[in-house]
Amino acid sequence: MDMQMLYLIVPLAPLLGAIVAGFFGKLIGRTLSHVVAIAGVAVSLAASVLVFQDVLAGHTYNGSVYTWMVLGDLRFEVGFLIDSLTTMMMLVVTFVSLMVHIYTIGYMHDDPGYQRFFSYISLFTFSMLMLVMSNNFLQLFFGWEAVGLVSYLLIGFWYTKETAIYANLKAFLVNRVGDFGFILGIGLVLAHFGSLDYATVFAKAPELANETITIWFDTPWMLMSVIGILLFIGAMGKSAQFPLHVWLPDSMEGPTPISALIHAATMVTAGIFMVARMSPLFELSDTALSFIMIIGAITALFMGFLGMVQNDIKRVVAYSTLSQLGYMTVALGASAYSVAVFHLMTHAFFKALLFLAAGSVIIAMHHNQDIRYMGGLKKYMPITWITSLIGSLALIGTPFLSGFYSKESIIEAVKLSTLPGADIAYWAVLIGVFVTAFYSFRMYFLVFHGKERFHNAHHHDADSHGQDDHGHHGGTPHETPWVVTGPLLALALPSLAIGYMTIEPMLFGDFFGNAIYVADRHPVMVELNQHFHGAMAMGLHAVTTLPFWLAAAGVGLSAFFYLKRPDIPAAIQQRFSFIHSMLVNKYWFDELYSKLFAGGARLLGAGLWRGGDQAIIDGAVNGTARLVERAARLLRAFQSGYIYHYAFAMLIGVFALVTWFARLN
Amino acid sequence: MDSILSLVIWVPILAGVVVLATGSDKNAVLARWLALAGSLTGLLVAIPLLTGFDTTTSAMQFVEKSAWIPALNIHYHLGVDGISMPLILLNSFITVLVVIAGWQVIQDKVAQYMAAFLIMSGLINGVFAALDGILFYVFFEGMLIPLYLIVGVWGGPNRVYAAFKFFLYTLAGSLLMLVSMIYLYFQSGGSFDIQTWHATTLGMTAQTLMFFAFLLAFGVKVPMWPVHTWLPDAHVEAPTGGSVVLAAITLKVGAYGFLRFILPILPDASHELAWFVIALSLIAVAYIGLVALAQSDMKKLIAYSSIAHMGFVTLGFFMFSPLGLEGGLVQMISHGFVSAALFLCIGVMYDRLHSRQIKDYGGLVNRMPVFAALFMLFAMANAGLPATSGFVGEFMVIMAATQVNFWFAFVAASTLILGAAYTLWMYKRVVFGQITNPHAEELTDINARETLLLGVLAVCVLGMGLYPKPFTDVMHVSVVDLLAHVAQSKLP
Repeated sequence: MDMQMLYLIVPLAPLLGAIVAGFFGKLIGRTLSHVVAIAGVAVSLAASVLVFQDVLAGHTYNGSVYTWMVLGDLRFEVGFLIDSLTTMMMLVVTFVSLMVHIYTIGYMHDDPGYQRFFSYISLFTFSMLMLVMSNNFLQLFFGWEAVGLVSYLLIGFWYTKETAIYANLKAFLVNRVGDFGFILGIGLVLAHFGSLDYATVFAKAPELANETITIWFDTPWMLMSVIGILLFIGAMGKSAQFPLHVWLPDSMEGPTPISALIHAATMVTAGIFMVARMSPLFELSDTALSFIMIIGAITALFMGFLGMVQNDIKRVVAYSTLSQLGYMTVALGASAYSVAVFHLMTHAFFKALLFLAAGSVIIAMHHNQDIRYMGGLKKYMPITWITSLIGSLALIGTPFLSGFYSKESIIEAVKLSTLPGADIAYWAVLIGVFVTAFYSFRMYFLVFHGKERFHNAHHHDADSHGQDDHGHHGGTPHETPWVVTGPLLALALPSLAIGYMTIEPMLFGDFFGNAIYVADRHPVMVELNQHFHGAMAMGLHAVTTLPFWLAAAGVGLSAFFYLKRPDIPAAIQQRFSFIHSMLVNKYWFDELYSKLFAGGARLLGAGLWRGGDQAIIDGAVNGTARLVERAARLLRAFQSGYIYHYAFAMLIGVFALVTWFARLN
Repeated sequence: MDSILSLVIWVPILAGVVVLATGSDKNAVLARWLALAGSLTGLLVAIPLLTGFDTTTSAMQFVEKSAWIPALNIHYHLGVDGISMPLILLNSFITVLVVIAGWQVIQDKVAQYMAAFLIMSGLINGVFAALDGILFYVFFEGMLIPLYLIVGVWGGPNRVYAAFKFFLYTLAGSLLMLVSMIYLYFQSGGSFDIQTWHATTLGMTAQTLMFFAFLLAFGVKVPMWPVHTWLPDAHVEAPTGGSVVLAAITLKVGAYGFLRFILPILPDASHELAWFVIALSLIAVAYIGLVALAQSDMKKLIAYSSIAHMGFVTLGFFMFSPLGLEGGLVQMISHGFVSAALFLCIGVMYDRLHSRQIKDYGGLVNRMPVFAALFMLFAMANAGLPATSGFVGEFMVIMAATQVNFWFAFVAASTLILGAAYTLWMYKRVVFGQITNPHAEELTDINARETLLLGVLAVCVLGMGLYPKPFTDVMHVSVVDLLAHVAQSKLP
């Protein structure tokens, strides 16, 4: 089989699964629907592995599948760029997707929308693969919007749940704000490069490195900075960076499997992937990179703080995801693209694991998601417990686990960066380590250790999760079935080992080769390499570094607070009630946006409608109509039908004309 | 065959006359079947335009010319190029859908209803095919008569006001256009031939005056801000079929006028006053987008959405690049599919609950899942989602605008947010959620006829979104020729 065929199979197999499960799901039944959907993704994973081996053997590919549109010299194509960056993403996407597909059999077992759900997640897999495999901006935007659409459909999967259909609209619109910047960036690329093909654009980029454009009065702007920032605004939407982060926590209204797949492991990392893919453009603008680094730093730290006060198990993980996306973004800003992508990969495994484990807990708790009503689950759910522990340890950067290698590298890279803002970013990611460890283990201890508090649960939000109902069995919680625990174990393995195994080729070897470009004036990775003496040495060395002790302190403090002295956090909460309420209210961004933008736009629209359309324009139109009517009524009076009226008028007319002529002469 | 265009015009009109002859509602069944046969024949005779079309030439094709009023040098002169041919096909296609859409819904004066649509279809084809100014004018005015009747007879309670408003708007523009045409007749040495006018030299003052005359005539039809307020009222009062034709076809007549008259006849004024049209177009996108957000009547909302989307058409035209102009044309065709589909969707709901108010709905997905899925597709197309036709035109125009001025693109791209906001917010309130209206409990999902209508349009929307190349291939040579024309000064 030739490789082009294989490339096509990768996205089309899940698409076929989506079509079959979506259109014929009712016909073929539940079991066959999930078999077909899972088979599609499995085929895609297998094909991705073959492609990966081919790329490792040194074969890259850049070619068109079909021509979307031609306008003279301008060609828009749908095509694939297959290189190491692409194949890495393909493997992550298809592997996590397969795990989530299998997990879904257990999680969505009793849901009436079972087939629809499989159809959506297969469609998502197709869209995400088209996004990462694209060789041009147009198809990138296609995939970009398509994953947004599926995310919208899945957040609102339980379409009668008011919070879910609010959250999905919000997610779509906030993403559209990002896309607004994104499409303007693409527009500038087309206007100045004359093509949307990656290879053409990247090849021409150095020529335009010093090009300026005037946008605002006569101030010249560096073209590359404008393009870079506009494209990154797209990434801020999709990867939920401050201040466009508000949609991600609410997206947790969707079923847990998609929180793992879409809102943790894959879709939200599309922005990170995109910036890494565009490294030849971003490398030309220090302004854009600084901007990226600062936005990432704000997200990494301030979203982490929010995780410390959340009581909903999924929302803790969601804020953790926001914070970790911030870490990746900081790495991008530091020109450490490979490190960002490396963290993207490790994070995909351990964060998908944490979400799926949270889902497993949620099943056992009969869909009560409040961690205050859990505790002591360790002995009832051994597999969920051990895998959660692995995921949490990986997340906080425990030496030798996958998250350690990627996060430690990010911190080191930022330390080495000399761009404006790098010093602030360094402190942000450093403090973030403590915060991450604290909220992760706060959740871990509250869920798996301590007193069993689930007997006190009132099932207070059982109604709001009506469709997510697996029946109330009551009694003691028990471990979930193998379709749930199997994927947990399968994700735990890479969470443990993938960092140790791949750090050397990915960061310091030539794995990425030409896929990622770093300018010579940003030597962060070169310097990082000088400090690197192998994965083993790095792990052993960790105990002498600040992040290790910060993480340990975070774990220790949360253990002390939530296992030994739960009265202390309660006291702190009372003492600093303003800060607590600020965190609980997520810095009031939701209120601000909903009042200012959503409310403002509606008010403005209503004002323009009533003031502009109805009062002024229609006022003039109807006024004209009335004027014509009145003039007609007036004129009608002259057509009286009496001869003497007409004769009199004629007389006056003759008199007037004669007078006028007389004066003229 | 040399008379394809004549067939395309007269087959629907004759079919309309035949349907009319069936008379009263006793023969309603016969009238429906005859109308369907007539509309299908109308579409069938238009197919050779596509299959026999030469995409390598910008010259007029399928030309027919014979003397009509020799004393005034007026000809029965027909022909199409890559700009008008797709519009004729779109019109003939939509006519079939409209006949099917009125199948069960219209029970009163069936023959007259169907006949009005068929006759209007033929007249609109005439507008797109006419190459003689007076012939164009006759078709252009003639098509309004059936439209008035459709709104006035089968319309809602406030139909007289709507028809009156529409009449007032159109009249002002049309008369000025007629005056301009008579002026052109004298300037061109006694010709009403549109292509002769394309080569007629004209002074700047004359161009400017005629620019505003034509702008008013066509701008009302598009409709452009601020002469747009007739459209929401007309839509609200019109029956579903009327709204479909109004949105999908008649608005395109206005936009077509820009390409056949304003740009090629008045190139210097077009360049000089481009800023004016661009400003009006951008206002249409942003201002109307916000106004749409404030609507509580679904038909009004989609009507405002149409105005905003047509803003992209006129914006694209005045970017003076193939990307922008073809983007505008693609947007016209796409809007034909999407707006037709959305008005049909509203019709489906109206037939069941007899309300157009958003607040009367909610939770439709619980009872009408198939409808909800199709409606979602069209809502997404309206919001310009890639892989639907709605994306293609918007994308092209935004790209073209960035090449001219960043801020044009900036305002235009606001549709990404506004379009999604008003469309999906409406969708959320109508389709998602719990059923609140007790009447909605008994709703039934769309029947075979409705599924067919929406299904066909869904294929069009997706097909054009995934593979727009055939559309632009047809247009490209004609558009390049038009742009070459516009680039040449016609000042004496």
